[in-house]
Amino acid sequence: MKGRTLHLICLAAAAIAFAAPASAVVKIAYIDPLSGGAASAGINAQKHMAFLVDRVNAAGGLNGEKLELLSFDNKVSPQESLIVLKKALDEGARYVFQGNGSAVAHAITEAVLKHNERNPGKEVLFFNYAAIDPALTNEKCNFWHFRFDSDVDMKMQALTNVIAKDPKIKRVYLINQDYSFGKAVAAAAQKMLAEKRPDITIVGDELHPLQKVQDFSPYVAKIKAAGADTVITGNWSNDMLLLIKAAKDAGLKVSWYTYYAGALGTPSAIGKDGVGSVIQVSEWHNNVSPELDPVAAAFRKRYPDKDDEFSYYRLMTAFDLFAAAAAKAKSNDPVKVARALEGLKIATTVGEVEMRADNHQVLQPMFVSVMADNVKYDVEKTGFGFRTLAKIEGRDAALPTTCKMQRPG
Amino acid sequence: MLELVTFSLLNGVVYGLLLFMLSSGLTLIWSMMGVLNFAHASMFMLGAYFSYQLGLAIGFWPALVIAPLLVGAVGAAVERFGLRHVHRQGHVGEILFTFGLAYLIAEVVIMVWGRNPIENRVPAAIDFPAFALFGTSYPFYKVLMMAISVGMFVFLWLAFKRTRIGLVIQAELTHPQMVSALGHDVPRVFVLVFAVGSALAAMAGVIGGFALLTEPNMAAALGPIVFVVVVVGGLGSIPGALVASMLIGIVQTFAVALDYSLLDLLRPLGVSMARSSPLYELCSIKVAQAAPILPYLLLVLMLILRPKGLMGTRET
Repeated sequence: MKGRTLHLICLAAAAIAFAAPASAVVKIAYIDPLSGGAASAGINAQKHMAFLVDRVNAAGGLNGEKLELLSFDNKVSPQESLIVLKKALDEGARYVFQGNGSAVAHAITEAVLKHNERNPGKEVLFFNYAAIDPALTNEKCNFWHFRFDSDVDMKMQALTNVIAKDPKIKRVYLINQDYSFGKAVAAAAQKMLAEKRPDITIVGDELHPLQKVQDFSPYVAKIKAAGADTVITGNWSNDMLLLIKAAKDAGLKVSWYTYYAGALGTPSAIGKDGVGSVIQVSEWHNNVSPELDPVAAAFRKRYPDKDDEFSYYRLMTAFDLFAAAAAKAKSNDPVKVARALEGLKIATTVGEVEMRADNHQVLQPMFVSVMADNVKYDVEKTGFGFRTLAKIEGRDAALPTTCKMQRPG
Repeated sequence: MLELVTFSLLNGVVYGLLLFMLSSGLTLIWSMMGVLNFAHASMFMLGAYFSYQLGLAIGFWPALVIAPLLVGAVGAAVERFGLRHVHRQGHVGEILFTFGLAYLIAEVVIMVWGRNPIENRVPAAIDFPAFALFGTSYPFYKVLMMAISVGMFVFLWLAFKRTRIGLVIQAELTHPQMVSALGHDVPRVFVLVFAVGSALAAMAGVIGGFALLTEPNMAAALGPIVFVVVVVGGLGSIPGALVASMLIGIVQTFAVALDYSLLDLLRPLGVSMARSSPLYELCSIKVAQAAPILPYLLLVLMLILRPKGLMGTRET
């Protein structure tokens, strides 16, 4: 009798001991603004993360292990990000997702590099889904950083391809935010327009303070005085909304070639003034295919609020590539996953996607689209949506890189 | 060139008048009650949100009147049930109270209307061109904004100089005990001042809401510039606030149009600078790039050189 009880206890203990590794989880840290001025973008992406983690788990997880999402608020500050990154690592996160702000991404990629050098066996991967400073996959590249968004130069490549085909465009004005990203947009526009359309005059190259301008009327007066027919801008959030608003008040009639006209909240604020004249470049929009993507439809069902638009298609691509790499490596170990990710190709609903091995920059199809009112699927319940003008295949967007990738031992 | 100058002047005046609408209430409260009201821009934001919501139900014109009245009532309640009790703890307590209140209001706005900008468009009732200039039509709502701002100035100026209550308020500023002893209800006057100040901010919010963006950060974005207006104009001076607003509006607007840097200025004098020079970055900043910080430069200079402001009656 006594012996049997002991036996049972032993069995139970063994069962628990064996159950533990089976119930192990892969911890993923999401670090982005969840409070303050940029919170709306951060919270929207957080919902995408929660949705996509559940999607992976519903499909059985990675190599039988479930994903667990840990969220951290960095208030878009590089310093704050380093503090929460430390916390995330202490809590056992091995994969870090971040996107808002190239300055933040630079801080994280350096911190991750240092951490991995000092802690062999506990490596961490950085999945960047939106910070698009070209330097991150060129002179500042490292083995642990993977970018799932097209960088500034690739997007400008797509925009200028469309501009090159429009003979009506003669005078272009550049207006951008005065920091690394805005300057990168201006530089890329100057260079690519000179190559593709030397007949175009760049009539202005303006930098304004980041998110500080309340009234853009003076800038619009300047654009008008310069006689521009087209404006190229990387502005996002309020800088984008206020610029378009001021332009409408002043009766400025130009075409807008933008990076972020489709970003959360922007289509609502632009409204019907943008129809036919506001153009964006993105990896996806609601009308890329005749029917709404089933994943986007499921997202809409789970988050029906108009502030919760499905907009980060590239996050889904990131998770699909992640899952494919883990399956290929037959392991969830970050070093093995990183090696498997290099050069990995998968098919998505918009076309083939590849993670470049030489600089860890994703090559994905991009769409240049224009705001329209006669589309099947609108955005933010406005009645307006985007219609594709041109599609650029991933491999056609590849640019040379200066990255000298240092791979571990 | 003439076109650019004309439009810059017009834009500067419009922006200046918007700033005046926003800051007149603050200068009123600050000078009468000695309360540095950090929640003032929040009242502006509430005005924008209230008028948007009311506008959907009852149309623009009634909302233009009712939204400021509602916000005025909120202001009166804040004074009566909050500030009055904190007042006993002195100015630090008051500042902290209004500081906290600003955060509180922003959070409530996020809870009710969400984090993203709401689609607050120019109401159809006033969405038509007022006149054409150089072939460009000028929106009517900007003309309305100017008219309301000027009306606000006249109202405040007359209320101070020509009415009994204005005289009582002015007397209270320096001799509250004496005024109280003469039988005037000082606390009630304070409630009134705070309510009117809040209502004025809300009135600015009604117009500012669709002229700018209606979003939960609008208070935080406009808060600092309002203090600049009040300090530069001088405490307690309504004409000072008007002059300071116009000055800031016009300086900022024209600065944007100037594509010159310190380097361009020095070049005719035979000074040149190598790109490698440590001062190159600083000297090559164009005036246009520095435009939004000019008001703050003005604030710092004013506090150093003339602490009572352009038209103020006492030291800050």
